[in-house]
Amino acid sequence: MPTLAVWKFASCDGCQLTLLDCEDELLTLAEQVQIAAFAEASSAVVAGPYDVSLVEGSITTPVDERRIKEIRAQSGVLVAIGACATAGGIQALRNFADVTEFASVVYARPDYIHTLATSTAASDHVTVDYELRGCPIDRGQLLDTLAALLVGRKPKLPAATVCTECKRSGVTCVTVAEGIPCLGPVTHAGCGALCPRHHRGCYGCFGPMATPNMGAVIPLLHRDGMSGDDVDRVFSTFNVTQFDAAREAAQSDGRPKPP
Amino acid sequence: MSSARSRTIRVGALTRVEGEGALHVEMRDGVPEVVELNIYEPPRFFEAFLRGRAYTEPPDITARICGICPVAYQVSACNAIEQACGVTLDPELIALRRLLYCGEWIHSHALHIYMLHAPDFLGAPDVIAVARDHREAVERGLSLKKAGNRLMELIGGRSIHPVNVRLGGFYSVPTRADLAPMAEQLRRALDDALACVEWVAAFDFPDLTVDHELLALRAERYAIEDGAIARSDGPAFGIAEFSDHVRETHVPHSTALHATLDGRRHLTGPLARYTLNHDTLSPLAREAATAAGLGSECRNPFRSIVVRAVEVVYAVQEALRIIENYQRPARPYVPVEARPGIGHGVSEAPRGLLYHRYEIDEAGLIKAAVIVPPTSQNQAAIEDDLARVVVADGGLDDAALTAMCERTIRNYDPCISCATHFLTLRVTRR
Repeated sequence: MPTLAVWKFASCDGCQLTLLDCEDELLTLAEQVQIAAFAEASSAVVAGPYDVSLVEGSITTPVDERRIKEIRAQSGVLVAIGACATAGGIQALRNFADVTEFASVVYARPDYIHTLATSTAASDHVTVDYELRGCPIDRGQLLDTLAALLVGRKPKLPAATVCTECKRSGVTCVTVAEGIPCLGPVTHAGCGALCPRHHRGCYGCFGPMATPNMGAVIPLLHRDGMSGDDVDRVFSTFNVTQFDAAREAAQSDGRPKPP
Repeated sequence: MSSARSRTIRVGALTRVEGEGALHVEMRDGVPEVVELNIYEPPRFFEAFLRGRAYTEPPDITARICGICPVAYQVSACNAIEQACGVTLDPELIALRRLLYCGEWIHSHALHIYMLHAPDFLGAPDVIAVARDHREAVERGLSLKKAGNRLMELIGGRSIHPVNVRLGGFYSVPTRADLAPMAEQLRRALDDALACVEWVAAFDFPDLTVDHELLALRAERYAIEDGAIARSDGPAFGIAEFSDHVRETHVPHSTALHATLDGRRHLTGPLARYTLNHDTLSPLAREAATAAGLGSECRNPFRSIVVRAVEVVYAVQEALRIIENYQRPARPYVPVEARPGIGHGVSEAPRGLLYHRYEIDEAGLIKAAVIVPPTSQNQAAIEDDLARVVVADGGLDDAALTAMCERTIRNYDPCISCATHFLTLRVTRR
């Protein structure tokens, strides 16, 4: 039986929880694969190597820099799950600040904190075979990916935008109809256009698509009432590193860094 | 390595808990000398990077502290900021917020009962192994958990980090017709929840009676989305005085902080809620509790699984009640204008009282944020329980004693990602 391992780095546990949230499929899945290492769910740990490893969380400590390499060495296929593992997560806001100052705000003994100055994606350290985007990932995408790897096909991870998904599902465009600022035109697909379905503009929790037209979307955000600071902030959340890089690429003329 | 006189219990990586922690106990002549719950979950610095964010952002940002209880973070954050801005929600919106929160209680408690905790009572490593002998019970648990998740999806848009919550209410609100199929699913879930109480009540519980002070919210109905602070021993205090009473302090020989209530260890979560608020449970939930052998209070942490099951009965019934009385709110949210000042917000996360405090400046930006999660409050109680358990069960061999220590920690359903305020807690008793 193929083996599956689930690993955690700096994160909220929400993406690995997505696996336990597959209530209808979990017991069937457990008949098809051996869940060999999954600390949040099981006390039984089988030694590697593992056919598939799911990696949640970002790399923020020297120990974790080593651990991700060990996991890579033991894994046939390595799938990074969620914005922390694919982009460094919201904790990557430290990359644009002074982590020592951060530590002094939160901890009485900042000298005891062993942390890196940056929070980085798994792919900054090792080769990653597939990435499931999102904060959190989509349950359907996770199941499809596991099913694909089981039968030996490529997972379906469309590279379209939230805007495309939204149009296809027939949701009234919140920007066109009501002038609500929306990151859908530049955000990676996968959520099923959840926010517009709830009368909210997309806030980019799946990160930027491969070739986002930042130059076109930012003026629209301004038009619909966002200030320069509002725009900086909306791109500075769960996928801050990737949106920052996309904005940098679109316009490298000394724009202020995220807060 | 153990000898007759000295024994060391080590667990390198705790399992079936949320987050990363380790355990280290040293005993000499049957007396615990070191009880160390080592939390090595890496810090993420939420309170630092919240500074300078817009006053509207904490609900979405702090949800990311915990994937298992994001609604708790969203609601405590909303409560705090709405208080700072002088906004009170329409009653229909408060009811909808409570309904969403019921979904989180059902899902989170079902997760802990069936997937994390029950394996301890059945000698199994995980729920998959439990399902081999107890397929029907596990399927019932999954179905219960699913009902909680569907409720969160219906009201919040998704169950992990809901997208539909905003200051003052929601982005969109469901119609009565939208809620009707959910009521069907919840009616089935109520049967499952009652069966769940019966199932866990039959487990074999180790004896342990704790005397930690209890801290929970109290309200007219069983406290979930808001309430006044209640405690078992000392005088009650207002939410604005929370930080004066619940302090993160240095422990002797400790390299980290943990929270105490007026300088003493305290306990928050299911046992505290049940004991302080038993009278506000629904008659059905109280009846289920009595049938399961619970009195009007519960001070055995091993029985917390029964209390969680009773709370699931309550949450399912409460969700049904809210849906039955539901009138679609006239507006999806109350506008919340920024106002400089300080706001305090609390709610009952599945694991206990969750406190948020925000200071908002003239520009509507967060100047300072303080978050006190339940697990950091329960840290001292967990470690005290561990010290008792290693004495009481000193006759067990190392493997059995280690398992007992892990169970003692799991009783609290600790949420380590939430609580990385303390990195290593070391208590040495001489």
